[in-house]
Formats: sequence, structure tokens, C-alpha cells
Amino acid sequence: MVQLTLPKNSVVKTGKTWPEPKGATNVRKFQIYRWNPDTGENPRVDTYFVDLDTCGPMVLDALIKIKNEIDPTLTFRRSCREGICGSCAMNIDGINTLACTYGMDEIKGTVKIYPLPHMPVVKDLIPDLTMFYAQHASIMPWLETETNAPAKEWRQSIEDRKKLDGLYECVMCASCSAACPSYWWNGDKYLGPAALLHAYRWIIDSRDEATGERLDQLEDPFKLYRCHTIMNCTKTCPKGLNPAKAIAQIKKMMLERAV
Amino acid sequence: MRFITDRKRAVGLGAAKTGTMEHWTTTISSVALIGLMPVFVLIVGSSLGSSHEDVVATFSRPFPALVVILTFWVGFGHFRRGVQIMIEDYASGVTRKALLILMISISYTAMAAGLYAVVRLAL
Repeated sequence: MVQLTLPKNSVVKTGKTWPEPKGATNVRKFQIYRWNPDTGENPRVDTYFVDLDTCGPMVLDALIKIKNEIDPTLTFRRSCREGICGSCAMNIDGINTLACTYGMDEIKGTVKIYPLPHMPVVKDLIPDLTMFYAQHASIMPWLETETNAPAKEWRQSIEDRKKLDGLYECVMCASCSAACPSYWWNGDKYLGPAALLHAYRWIIDSRDEATGERLDQLEDPFKLYRCHTIMNCTKTCPKGLNPAKAIAQIKKMMLERAV
Repeated sequence: MRFITDRKRAVGLGAAKTGTMEHWTTTISSVALIGLMPVFVLIVGSSLGSSHEDVVATFSRPFPALVVILTFWVGFGHFRRGVQIMIEDYASGVTRKALLILMISISYTAMAAGLYAVVRLAL
């Protein structure tokens, strides 16, 4: 359900300001959301100063530098540092994106970093993606077949394979779902853009034999039709994918079999 | 605390097996209203300030009467579906159900009142 104000214990306070590096001339200010469930305190925004002359160009480079050299308690997920694993998704400068592929040169002034919006926070910049992953699992993200497996492989034409382009590249970073107001308000029932993009990836796969069952599972006013084509998902996707289009394609297929 | 798995929470009660026709009907009524609304405004607008006899004469003709009847019918149906989605988005639990009952009642009452008025003028 819609929530327009934060609960009292979630109101963000001003946090600690760490000292500027001595002798540095090219310094960037970072304001980063901090919250530790063990302290029982409200979330706060800490201020850090990073010497860009001794730091890589991406926001993740700065976060790693802060953790290594300034504040080792800062907590965030990261792994591949090249936009493949989707671990470091966070809200940077008001945009849900991957810290590893978002350059600091794209941001003017202070770099403001928050966890993905409207997700429960585990600690600092780490959102709880349990429900998000469970929703993804619910769309059966695997090949479903009735026919006996062929001796070699399930064959697919070049044209049919091309239909998966723009879908299979999704790294499940949750940037799109966390940018979707429908997912904010009804995330318990609406599957969200990421799960629906993956659903379409399997619906459109020429080798899959459960197309009807997959569409049946989505035939619901909330699971699919809570998408109001707001397009935040497409705007924010750090991989340049178009979940809104995938959802529209599912709706078209629903109509195709009904009308 | 409920000891249920994340998968069970995500699946919930399963798919309601409805939604496509509602979506399709909303799409059709949107397209219909693009054509109906300007004609409706022209007909009703030109009747504003006219005498009772002139208004009765206007609505006794089949074209204006049918356009206005269709606009009330399609328009309030579209309104009902749109506001229902809005209520479902922003309210939950008992509030959601109460608002839905109220809004659906208002929509059908307004539709019936409009249709009754036109029929009464036309006949």
C-alpha cells in the first residue's frame, strides 16, 4: 500500500562528517545512507571526502576507497565490477543504477548514495532482495518441455534466437523493480518489471512448451496488469534493456489468445 | 511471524485468471471516448443557455441522443475501471473494499441518471 511518510524510526538524520584528505586538490564530497540494525538508531547520512586523484573513475571505486581507507564499517554488495553480476545496484544521484558502471563524471556536485528505494534494508546500502528473488523463481525461469529431450540439443532458428536479445542480458540487479511505483505500492502482489521481463524471455523462447501455462500464471489484475506503463523501469535500467516493452508484449499475447 | 517460505509469499493465492478483458475493455473505451467526447461537448455545449423546447428538440433527434447516451455509458464505465485501478493502487484492506463499493455505486448511479435524463428528454 502507498506510504507517503516514513515511520518515526526510519526518518533519516544527519550523520558523521569525516575529515577531508590532507593535501588533496581534487576532492569529491559523498553523502551516503547508513543504517545498522544492531544499534537501534535511526538511519543517518554520513559525509565523506574522496581524493579523486588516487581513485578510479566509477562510483564503486570511490565506495571501495572509502571502505578501505576511511570507514571500514560502510557496507555494500559488490563483486564483478563490470556490470555483469548486478550486486552493486543502489540509488546514486537519484537514479537506480550499478555503482560499478556509473561514472563519477556523470554526477554534478555531491554524490548522494542511498540503497534501492522501497526495499527493506539489511544494512547501509544492502537491500533485502528475498521477495524479489522469490518472485523471479515463481515465473519458472527455466526451459519447460513435455517432449523427450533430443539426443543432442534443443534446436532454435537464428530468427527465434534473436527474439531473446534484449531479454537474456538482464542481471537481476532490481534497479527497475525498485524504480517502479506500482512495485512500491503493491510489491507483494505485482511481480515487477524484472520478473516480468524474465517471464517474457521464457514465454517467447521457441523451445519452451509451457507458453500457455506461463500466460495463465500471469493472468491476474495484480501480477501483470499492475503495470501502468510508467516506464521508470526502462529509463533506469543500467543495462539499457526495456522491461516495459517486454510487459507490453506479454499483454499483447494475452489479448491474442483471448480476442 | 508466519513461518511460510518466500516462494509461498511470492505466489500468494495464485493468479485470479482475470484481467485481460478488463484491460481490453479499458483500451476500447479509451479509443471510443476520443471520438465521443468532442461530439458530446459540441452537442451539450451548443445546448447550454437554450430554451427547454430547443433542448428537447435537440435530444429528440437520434444522433445527438445516441452520442450523449453512448458517452454516459462508455464514459462512466471507463471512469469506474480507472478509479478502481487507482483505489487498488493506493488503498488496502477494508478501506480498499469500502472505497470500491462506494466508487462503483457512484459510477453506476451517475450513468443511470445520465441515461434516464436523456431518454426522458428524447421521448
